[in-house]
Amino acid sequence: MSSVTKNAGRLDAVAPAIELIGISKAFGPVQANKNISMTVAKGAIHGIVGENGAGKSTLMSILYGFYKADAGAVKINGVPTQINDSHDAIAAGIGMVHQHFMLVDNFTVLENVILGAEEGATLGPSLRKARKELKRLADEYELDVDPDALIDDISVGFQQRVEILKALYRQAEILILDEPTGVLTPDEADHLFRILRNLKEQGKTIVIITHKLREIMDVTDSVSVMRRGEMTKTIATATTSPEDLAEAMVGRRVLLEVNKVPAQVGETVMEVRDLSVTDIHKVKRLKGVSFELKRGEILGIAGVAGNGQSELLEVIAGIGPATSGEVLMHGEAIDVSAKANAQLRRHRGISHVPEDRHQRGLVMPFMTWENTTFGYHNEPEYCGKYGLANQRFMVEDARGKMERFDIRPPNPQLVASSFSGGNQQKIVLAREIERNPDVLLIGQPTRGVDIGAIEFIHQQIVNLRDAGKAILLVSVELDEIQALSDRILVMFDGVIQGERMPEDTNEGELGLLMAGVDPETGK
Amino acid sequence: MNKSLPKWVDLGLIPFFTLLLAFAVSGLVVMSIGQNPIEVVKVMLQGAFNPFGIGHTLYFTTNFIFTGLAVAVAFHARLFNIGGEGQAGVAGVGVAVVMLAFDWPHWTIALLAGTLAAMAFGAAWAAIPAYLQAKRGSHIVITTIMFNLIATALIGYLLVGPMQAEGSLPESPSFPPGAALPSMYEILGWFGIPFDKFAPANISFFMALIAAVFVWVLIWKSRLGYEMRAFGHSERAAVYAGISPLKITMVAMLLSGALSGMMAINTVQGEAERLVLGAVEGAGFIGIAVALMGRSHPVGVVLAAFLFGILTQGGAELQFTLGIPAQMITVIQALIIMFTGSLENMVRIPLEKLFLNTGKRGAAS
Repeated sequence: MSSVTKNAGRLDAVAPAIELIGISKAFGPVQANKNISMTVAKGAIHGIVGENGAGKSTLMSILYGFYKADAGAVKINGVPTQINDSHDAIAAGIGMVHQHFMLVDNFTVLENVILGAEEGATLGPSLRKARKELKRLADEYELDVDPDALIDDISVGFQQRVEILKALYRQAEILILDEPTGVLTPDEADHLFRILRNLKEQGKTIVIITHKLREIMDVTDSVSVMRRGEMTKTIATATTSPEDLAEAMVGRRVLLEVNKVPAQVGETVMEVRDLSVTDIHKVKRLKGVSFELKRGEILGIAGVAGNGQSELLEVIAGIGPATSGEVLMHGEAIDVSAKANAQLRRHRGISHVPEDRHQRGLVMPFMTWENTTFGYHNEPEYCGKYGLANQRFMVEDARGKMERFDIRPPNPQLVASSFSGGNQQKIVLAREIERNPDVLLIGQPTRGVDIGAIEFIHQQIVNLRDAGKAILLVSVELDEIQALSDRILVMFDGVIQGERMPEDTNEGELGLLMAGVDPETGK
Repeated sequence: MNKSLPKWVDLGLIPFFTLLLAFAVSGLVVMSIGQNPIEVVKVMLQGAFNPFGIGHTLYFTTNFIFTGLAVAVAFHARLFNIGGEGQAGVAGVGVAVVMLAFDWPHWTIALLAGTLAAMAFGAAWAAIPAYLQAKRGSHIVITTIMFNLIATALIGYLLVGPMQAEGSLPESPSFPPGAALPSMYEILGWFGIPFDKFAPANISFFMALIAAVFVWVLIWKSRLGYEMRAFGHSERAAVYAGISPLKITMVAMLLSGALSGMMAINTVQGEAERLVLGAVEGAGFIGIAVALMGRSHPVGVVLAAFLFGILTQGGAELQFTLGIPAQMITVIQALIIMFTGSLENMVRIPLEKLFLNTGKRGAAS
């Protein structure tokens, strides 16, 4: 840093870019960070992995000045630095790219870049300066973005580049990225990693928070593992393996592959014919999708979020209307109009684990026994006399489900929000799977779920398939699609871009399909 | 944060402290007009609980229980029914029309008919805003407020027009004697308990308590209540579970309107025995505060309704005895609403710190 004296300048060469010493932070009774120390060398790409709630984001938020640590110190380039807010962080040369982008949608790229860094009362000079600077950064780091495009009009991959540009424009030397690939296609992720390597070559220091071990292995020089607020391990990436990292994250050996035998595919259970959905803003979300779903198979639908998968699930589940087309169950058409009722779908043998368990799959302030009957609460066994609910049976029923699905703590009176993501998902799964459906629709089965529970959930899905049920799996995690599916459909922009068998394809090809490119012609 | 406060703190201690704060600030206001707060409290409590006053206190409490329950029921389905005032007013019209139509042989039949009329008219007045909300997305707060104004105008028209008693003020003819309901004096007299003979409190008070029990069963024990609460917490989840937003919005608002309407049994049939202008006296709005303070739980609503009953009757006494303007009691009510409604976190956050930290220490040792 320019403010460092010449004498300290020599120290600079060896001083680590980031040094955290004994950081602790508690939120009420929850100890989010316990005495964490970490060093990141200058010019390195450092990964931080850990399950949800392990304290990764809290730690980085302390570094960026969002939270104040209860104890501990921060040194930047060897200089003790007090970071009270994001201004201090920027002044110390730290830039952050959040998981959820902090961009103004109806501003242009250029306007977003200068937002908060405007100089003078009129915008003209700042905009001109930023335009020049953006051009330079684009050339230097492969960070091309049209400066005059509206954020609304560019893809998430480009939006992320704008976030990175914002940080670089503010002369960040240290860049923190929180779950940067969550919304990207594999292709976009690769491009991001190229950018990061370029930045590294120019001497920038990069910290990536992620839960994807493959990315850690691909791109980082060193990696720290966090578990329950503590840093359990820091190691050079070259000397570790995904299995070791997973073990350090969970605290026990975990199975990263899914254990399954070849599918015994039976007759067609469900047929989707030429299904289209136009939303209330007159945007076409689904454009003539057709496929068949057979007994005993897991049909995986891959695609970047927002390419029509959600609408497809909603129509089949009876919670969103189709504009045209039909869905046949055992050869019989089911109601796909706005009048469709999700309870009738369940009577048809269609169960649904929705993508959004917080807003759809569970009622967060409801107790477990209220949630394990949700959607089936009008089934005769849960009904009492005079329109009352048979609450005693509902509680007993929940107790059994919690035991069979190893939901912890096994107390049916606890509200859904007090469980971890994995246990919440198990509540939904227990409810839907135990109805013994012919078809299980399942969206993002392991989003926000810890590794230990992922293993269990995957096994449940495979078991259901082996019991001869048909499963329609939607996931934005390509790894998950590849590991579970017996057949893969790739969706892009509301159409099925391609169908592949998992054994005949690879991530590169699927990634191209997800980006709307035909792998044959490259267009 | 997964930890939550113990129930007795949440439902007992927090309302207690917020009330204490509200009264403390009210005390300052009272002092600012040169009155002694202790004296004021004494006069208020005496006014609310003396043999004459209690009959009025319970009468007001009855109104507030009905309107408070009405707001609470709708709120469980995340619908903010501001229209209690209009629904209770129109229900009064219904009660008057039915009561004037027949010569009632016995009060039990008259009570049954009056109750049904009140519920039906109250529900009907809530039905249009409910339908507009469910089908057109017109915000229920706006439409119910509008319907309050329409109700006022409608009742005003009826009382100077079709329903006006000949040669009288703008009010309906008196109901036939058979429509009169047993007063609290008569009811308690059956058990030999003395009570003020002229107090307005009547049998509707007990109906209000029954309504509170009914609401409790509805919300926490019935499948309909389960669906209402699910819809209230998350409409997306409700749709996922096959719960119809249209049905829940309509049912919750009709129930809410019916409960508001039941207030007319107390005021129109029980007390005035004819329809007069301004029969609702703002009870529809106080019901919002009552539901807020009672945290939409029937027990809380009954207790809060009783508190507001005391304030209303005690406030009237203040004006009578100390010459303190009636507006003062409105100020105190407003302070209570402010503290219990919007400033609750002032009490909640320190208490949460206190309880959750000691909890942690206990767990750590």
